[in-house]
Amino acid sequence: MATSGSNGGADGVVRRDFLTIAAGAFTAVGVAAAIWPFVHQMNPSADVLALSSTEVDISKVQAGQAITVLWRGKPVFVRHRTEAEIDAARRDDTASLPDPQKDADRVKKAEWLITLGVCTHLGCVPLAFQGDYKGWFCPCHGSHYDTSGRIRKGPAPRNLEVPQYAFLNDTRVKIG
Amino acid sequence: MSGIHSKFNKGIIGWIDYRLPIFTILDDMVGTGYPTPRNLNYWWNFGSLAGLCLVIQIVTGIVLAMHYTPHVDLAFASVEHIMRDVNYGWLLRYVHANGASMFFVVVYIHIFRGLYFGSYKSPREVLWFLGIIIFLLMMATAFMGYVLPWGQMSFWGATVITNLFSAIPVVGDYIVTLLWGGFSVDNPTLNRFFSLHYLLPFAIAAVVVLHILALHQHGSNNPLGIDANGPQDKIPFHPYYTVKDLFGIAVFLIFFSALVFYAPNMLGEVDNYIEANPLVTPAHIVPEWYFLPFYAILRSIPDKLFGVLAMFGSILLLFVLPWLDTSRVRSARFRPVFKVFFYVFIADCVLLLVCGGKPPEGIWLILGRIGTAYYFIHFLILLPVIGFWERPLPLPKSISEPVLGGGKPAAAVAAPAKE
Ligand code: HEM
Ligand code: FES
Repeated sequence: MATSGSNGGADGVVRRDFLTIAAGAFTAVGVAAAIWPFVHQMNPSADVLALSSTEVDISKVQAGQAITVLWRGKPVFVRHRTEAEIDAARRDDTASLPDPQKDADRVKKAEWLITLGVCTHLGCVPLAFQGDYKGWFCPCHGSHYDTSGRIRKGPAPRNLEVPQYAFLNDTRVKIG
Repeated sequence: MSGIHSKFNKGIIGWIDYRLPIFTILDDMVGTGYPTPRNLNYWWNFGSLAGLCLVIQIVTGIVLAMHYTPHVDLAFASVEHIMRDVNYGWLLRYVHANGASMFFVVVYIHIFRGLYFGSYKSPREVLWFLGIIIFLLMMATAFMGYVLPWGQMSFWGATVITNLFSAIPVVGDYIVTLLWGGFSVDNPTLNRFFSLHYLLPFAIAAVVVLHILALHQHGSNNPLGIDANGPQDKIPFHPYYTVKDLFGIAVFLIFFSALVFYAPNMLGEVDNYIEANPLVTPAHIVPEWYFLPFYAILRSIPDKLFGVLAMFGSILLLFVLPWLDTSRVRSARFRPVFKVFFYVFIADCVLLLVCGGKPPEGIWLILGRIGTAYYFIHFLILLPVIGFWERPLPLPKSISEPVLGGGKPAAAVAAPAKE
């Protein structure tokens, strides 16, 4: 409707086109800015983010035992590995692994393996000391993990995730 | 549609209709003003039954929400409170929980009715799309509702299903955190699921209105799958189909009551009477029965991303069905080859349903894989090919002809329809 004006350039562009495009672009940015709070409110809130570390006493966990602790609502496995389990994990560094990683890169102290207790398939909690590799077995859809928490068989794509953690002293670990 | 020339022109009804033509509109939608094919059979009852189910879910849901508490520490106890302390709480909850199952039974029959009689074909594609959208919304609603009682199955079902989105490359993990509002399924998740579980049924109701609008544009399909030739092929919706639908509702309520009063936990999982525990996954987690075929498809593919794609794909495929089925004949009554494969397809869906409930090992895994492969072969290969090669039986000239002539079409085989 605005093309009848006298300000048309040689290529048919009129001043009104600038206004239309500018108004449209401005509206788009405004709508996006208005939508963002409605999306972002779904992300973790400040108090959820604040609860991001937990301390664990590991003095009572004997070799060959494992405990599960809760961190950010997720289970974390703390496993005191036996010599045999460590050897098996190291031997398999060279096996064909779906998600190749050396055992040494997954631990800070060889006898303590600390991973998230969350199957990388769809998030179930795998069962310790079970499955073909005596590491973990996930009953939900049959994923097998070895004694380094690496995925060996089944639908899970990745190794059990190693969270950030630090040994505060010989008997205490801080996760997160 | 305006009230000015309407048949509602007397008394108080006339007075209202003149100002707000609500009676005229209703009469045109489900009354004497809506001409309907005269030959609809009982498979056409399931649309009105689905509507009834939605109303039952909304009414029972709203009263349950008056007693339910969406908090991880209180949700499980509040559902037990509903079961034990609230007057008739047990009834309301059993009706709501089993109502969800009955809703899916009805909708599955409704969908297979459409598949058999070719109701998805031109000019009813948009009507079909709206139906699939309703189905997707129903699945989301039922999934989130099942999380609310915060039992073990609620929790682990929610964990597994939300984790499906982590299969999306690059942004998957961000999406999952966004869905959870935290680092696992937790209180923020429960709260938003309650909010959405309350909302979505009303969104469904809105899509149902569009579904009916699209239906009324060209009217119902019918068991013969041919278009009506004129008024002699139609009868008014009221009283003929209002009465037939009411009869269907009475029969439906008998089955529904049998379930609610004699076997209210038959379709549920005992594990859901154990409160959610984020540290222990139950040995055998299964979704509700109505999700089992899709769950079987998910599990039969040994790759995470492709498993998830196949599962969503199995439903989204229905959107292209109108083009995958190349036959121009709607009703399976006149499609001898299609008809056989239709029944094989039903058997395949039942097979998938059974496999989805079994542990994914040994024979069940193999059967699940065969079932999954056949599911896709049916849509992607068989339907296009059959439509092309099949010789359809001769179609009756009109709806009223076979009705008056005894209902059986002539048995002679016609030449394949050449274009
Ligand atoms: C499409 C319609 C709906 C479907 C398919 C549906 C499905 C479900 C399912 C499967 C459950 C779990 C039942 C159990 O095992 O305990 C549930 C629970 C619940 N629903 Fe719905 N629902 C629908 C509509 C609604 C509406 C409109 C409300 C209104 C607020 C509602 C409120 C609730 C509440 C409070 C619970 C938790 C109490 C309980 O577990 O029984 N629902 N729903
Ligand atoms: S969640 Fe562990 S195998 Fe699927």
